[in-house]
Amino acid sequence: MSFSEADLAAIWLTLRLATTVTLLLLIIGTPIAWWLARTSSVWKAPIAAIVALPLILPPTVLGFYLLIAMGPHGFFGQFTQSLGLGTLPFTFWGLVIASVFYSMPFVVQPIQNAMEAIGERPLEVAATLRAGPFDRFFTVVLPLAKPGFITASILGFAHTVGEFGIILMIGGNIPGETRVISVQIYDHVEALEFMQAHALSGAMLIFSFSVLLALYWLQRKQKVSLLN
Amino acid sequence: MQSDISNNHIQASFQLKHPEALDNSFILDIDLTLPSQGVTVIFGPSGSGKTTLLRCIAGLEEPDKGQLSINGEIWQNASLSMPTHKRPLGYVFQESSLFPHLTALGNLNYARKRAGKKVSNQLYDHAIDIMGIHDILHRYPQQLSGGERQRVAIARALLINPLLLLMDEPLASLDKQRKQEIIPYLERLGSSLEIPIIYVSHSMDEVSRLADHVVVLKQGKVSAQGGLTEVFSQIDLPLDYGDDTGVVLQGHVIERDRKWHLARIAFSDGELWVRDRGDELNQAVRVRVLARDVSLTLTPDNDSSILNRLAVTVDEIAADTDEAMALIRLKTGSEYLIARLTCKSIDRLQLEPGKKLWAQIKSVALIS
Repeated sequence: MSFSEADLAAIWLTLRLATTVTLLLLIIGTPIAWWLARTSSVWKAPIAAIVALPLILPPTVLGFYLLIAMGPHGFFGQFTQSLGLGTLPFTFWGLVIASVFYSMPFVVQPIQNAMEAIGERPLEVAATLRAGPFDRFFTVVLPLAKPGFITASILGFAHTVGEFGIILMIGGNIPGETRVISVQIYDHVEALEFMQAHALSGAMLIFSFSVLLALYWLQRKQKVSLLN
Repeated sequence: MQSDISNNHIQASFQLKHPEALDNSFILDIDLTLPSQGVTVIFGPSGSGKTTLLRCIAGLEEPDKGQLSINGEIWQNASLSMPTHKRPLGYVFQESSLFPHLTALGNLNYARKRAGKKVSNQLYDHAIDIMGIHDILHRYPQQLSGGERQRVAIARALLINPLLLLMDEPLASLDKQRKQEIIPYLERLGSSLEIPIIYVSHSMDEVSRLADHVVVLKQGKVSAQGGLTEVFSQIDLPLDYGDDTGVVLQGHVIERDRKWHLARIAFSDGELWVRDRGDELNQAVRVRVLARDVSLTLTPDNDSSILNRLAVTVDEIAADTDEAMALIRLKTGSEYLIARLTCKSIDRLQLEPGKKLWAQIKSVALIS
């Protein structure tokens, strides 16, 4: 089983996309998760619902709206044009933005759950030990929510690797720029290149299984270490 | 503005309404002046607002109205409330509060790094020493027993170099054996620290062993306060201590009788024999005399097996919660005893304030 140069380009692009998206999501998702975990604001339910939308929305719907927003007449498109960046659809960074929205719940929810599980007490303890709000966040919340961050990173990465519909809507099929593994497989099948499709699909299957196996194995280990 | 009195006292006044109460009932409604040294025990049944009071002092609870000053330094008034992390206090929580991601040592250093005043190596070693945790510092909280965790938590609270130490029933989550294991550490702590300790408890044993000053809370209000001996020699307290009703006397060892293994304890105006625990001469001790162990005779009854007999004067008689019984406060010199007798006996002996007679004390417990 060997990969063609185009396959390798697709794999490399996919890894680059998933890594970028995961890192961005950890940065964006952490404050959102912290806010959702702590707030009692009336906005909690609507914001939580928006974050969770991609779980049930068809990727084509999300892709369609993002395409319009990022297009030359959309508000986001006009903003990027005014910055001299042109429009984002059919570019790598267009895919990054779309994927950030699409994979958001897979990152925010595990972090939020882990933060909620910490409870009030460790924060009160840290406050009596003269730790201010930021100090408490970095020295108590982050380390105690670590399992949530690991789960979030794995799920965010894997989910981005597995995207198809939204990529097709936003990115189309440009080699080296937007043609990720799932699109490449689609192309192979369209062209009746079943051998190549097999190779890539098999690789994806093994990857996805390994990721989930690692995740469940990790969660079990954490439970065991909590019990002791 | 600040008087000299406020400069070496803790002044606390808090009002906290029930969140859903339509009437003006309070979870806490107190106005207290506490001494700025020694151990003050906030004592009362569960639900009396003890923990809420402590949390208000720490700034963990936001009262509807609050004023707090420590030795003249204002922590809270109508216009300002210092956040908890700015208040120079140490806090020991009821259950284990160690950070699970840090070792015992990591927990101690978390405090030391953030201490308001630099923690000298001497204080550091002293805190570890006094809590006896030297050998367990490398362990994680999950690997420690409940008692060990609490000792690390107390050492951690000391290493923040606080001006005030707050302890919320630090023994409540421990079994009896662990309690007995920690109390000596707490006694040493009280006598070796220069800062005031406010200690919440509902245990008579802890109060009588640790307190210098007592505040009794009932339904969010202060129902009695004062020195340890003073508070527990009142018989009209609204709290019913039941079989625990009794006084605490502070004295010191003046004689040890090797033959009978007894020690003679002198308190301000009298003496008592207790079992010799091996205390040194002149060692300061506390003894507790329970009301149910005190009986009265009109003559010095030398035929009795009872060792301790004091000349007393009836000071006050009050009803007990049990209608067959009554509490009698007896004065001996400047100290008081309480006896719990049947109303029938009181009638038979014709007891009334001012009457002189003898108190026989069946047992005396040395508590510290």
